[in-house]
Amino acid sequence: MIELEGLTKHYGDKVAVDDLTLTVRPGIVTGFLGPNGAGKSTTMRMMLDLDNPTAGTVRIDGKHYRQLQDPLTYIGALLEAKSVHGGRSAANHLLCLAQSNGIPRSRVTEVLDTVGLSGVAKKRSKGFSLGMSQRLGIAAALLGDPQVLLFDEPVNGLDPEGIHWIRNLMKNLAAQGRTVFVSSHLMSEMALTAEHLIVIGQGRLMADTSMREFIQQNSRSYVRVRSPEREKLLDLLHSEGIDAVAAGNGSLEVDGVPADRLGELAAAHQLVLHELSPQQASLEEAFMQLTADSVEYHARDGEPVPAQAGSPPGGRAPGAPQPAGARPGEAQPTGWGADWQKKRS
Amino acid sequence: MAALGQVIRSEWTKIRSVRSTVWTLGIAAVLTIALGMLICILTNHDFQSMPARERLSFDATNISFSGMGLGQLAMIVFGVLVVSNEYSTGMIRASLAAVPQRGTFLFCKLLVATALVFVVGLATSFVAFFAGQAMLGDLRAHLGDPGVLRAVFGGGLYMTLIALFSMAVAVMLRSPMLSLGILMPFFFLISNILGNVSATRKVGRYLPDQAGSKIMQVVTPANSDVPYGPWGGLGIMIAWTVAALLGGYVLLKRRDA
Repeated sequence: MIELEGLTKHYGDKVAVDDLTLTVRPGIVTGFLGPNGAGKSTTMRMMLDLDNPTAGTVRIDGKHYRQLQDPLTYIGALLEAKSVHGGRSAANHLLCLAQSNGIPRSRVTEVLDTVGLSGVAKKRSKGFSLGMSQRLGIAAALLGDPQVLLFDEPVNGLDPEGIHWIRNLMKNLAAQGRTVFVSSHLMSEMALTAEHLIVIGQGRLMADTSMREFIQQNSRSYVRVRSPEREKLLDLLHSEGIDAVAAGNGSLEVDGVPADRLGELAAAHQLVLHELSPQQASLEEAFMQLTADSVEYHARDGEPVPAQAGSPPGGRAPGAPQPAGARPGEAQPTGWGADWQKKRS
Repeated sequence: MAALGQVIRSEWTKIRSVRSTVWTLGIAAVLTIALGMLICILTNHDFQSMPARERLSFDATNISFSGMGLGQLAMIVFGVLVVSNEYSTGMIRASLAAVPQRGTFLFCKLLVATALVFVVGLATSFVAFFAGQAMLGDLRAHLGDPGVLRAVFGGGLYMTLIALFSMAVAVMLRSPMLSLGILMPFFFLISNILGNVSATRKVGRYLPDQAGSKIMQVVTPANSDVPYGPWGGLGIMIAWTVAALLGGYVLLKRRDA
C-alpha cells in the first residue's frame, strides 16, 4: 500500500506535482496515467525518496521510505531512465544491490532466471538491447521479493513479445496480492493491464477511479452520418433540434441520438445516406479529453482551431501520442492535438 | 536503517566489478614507479655535473617519488570515476533507492574506495622508493635513515588524500567531465604555476598537493622558507579534503537524485 498526502513538487516557480492525495491499494494493478510531462516520473521518484517533495508525504505500508529497513524488500522499482552502470555485468549489478539490502546471492540467480537473462548474466549490460535492459531493471525491482512494485513506463520501446510478457508479469504480481503501480502515457496500454486508474494532468489529480467506471463515464458514443446531400441533411437535423457537427470527409457526427432514429428520419425525408454508423470514442480520446479539460482554453463546437497559434514555442514534444481521431469539435485536421499542445505549454 | 556492513560489501562489489578500477589504479602505480626510476637513473648519471648547492641538498628519497606528479593524475581519475560513474550512468537512483540514508551511502562508498587507494598507494610508494634507490647507486637512501620511513609512508598517504579529495569534488560536481576538467588542469598546471611564480608562491604552497607533498621530503631544500613541516603540510591537505567532503555531503543530502 502506498499513500500520498498532499504531495507537491516545485521546480523554481514551475509546479510539477500539485497536491496529490491518493492511495494505491494492494491486489490490483493500478495504472498511473498522464501525458508526457504531467509529473508521473517526478511523483514516482518522490515515492522512492529520490526527490525531496516541496510539501506533503509519501508512506509505504505506513512508513516513510527512509524508515524502511532494507527498502528493496518492501518496494521494488523500475524507473524510466536507465539506472545501470553499463560496464558492470548483469549479475554483478544485481549482486551489489542485493548485498546492500542483505538479500542472499542465490536470489540474484533466481530473478535473472525469472526475467530470462540467465544466459547473459556475466555479460556487461552496455551491450544489452532496450528489451534486455528493461528486463534487467525488472529483475532489480523483483530482487527483494517486495510487496510493492513501481514500474515507470515499462513498455516503452519494447517489442510486442516483451510488452505481452510485462503485462502478464504485472497481472501475476497483483494476483499474488502485491501492490502494483504502473505509469504510462498510453491509455490503450492501461486499458489492457490496469484495474484501477489514476490520471494526472499538469501535476494535478484528474481521476481516481476503477477502470470500468472510467470507461463508462468517459467513453462517448456518437453516430457518424454521411450523405451526398449534406446541406439538406444538416437542415433536417437542425429543424429536428438535433446537433450535428461537421467532421472529415464530408461526414457529420451526431451525439446522443440513436442510429435507428437518424436512419428513419433520413428515410422519411427521402435523403440518401452513404454511411450511418454508431461509433464508440476510444479510451485514448476519453483520456485526451480528460487531461485537456485541465486547461482553460480548448477548441470545441466546431470553431476553427487556431492550429499553430495555440502551440507552445517548442512545438509538440517527441513521443506525445497523436489523438486517435478527429473529435467533433475539431473541424480541420490541422487542429488535431492543438488543445493538447496548449495544455503542455 | 541499512546496516553498514551490508553497504560496505555492496560498494566493494561495485568497485571490483568495473574495469576502470584496475586500469586507473594500475596506471597510477606503473607511472609513479617507472617515471621515478627513470628520473633516478638520469639523476645518478648527472650528479657530478650538478651545482654544489644542489648536491648538498640532494634528497634521494624525494627524487624516487618524481613520478607521482604524473601518477597522481590517474589517482584523480580513479577518484572521480568511482563517484561520478553513479551519476553519469543513472546508477545513483538504484543505489539511493537501495540505501536511502545518503550519509551512510556516501560514507561506505568513500570508505571502500579510500581503503583500496590506501593499499595501492602505500604499495606503490614503497616499490617506487626501493626501485628508485636501486637506480641511485652510491647516492641511495635507506629506509632506516632519519625521516625516510615517514616520507615513504607519507607517499601512500599523499596518494590516498589526492584520490579522496577528487572523490569529494566529484560528489559536489557529479559530472565526470566537469570534475576531471577542473581537477586535472588544476593539479597538473595551475598548482605548479602558482607554486613556481614568485608572486604567487606564498599562496601556492597552501594548495592541497603542494602542502601535502611536503611529507615526501627528507632534506629541506636550501633556500626554502616554507612555514610548515611535513606533518603540517599533510594537515593542510587533510583540511582541504575535509572541507570538500563536507561540501559534498551537504549537497548530496539536499539534492534530488
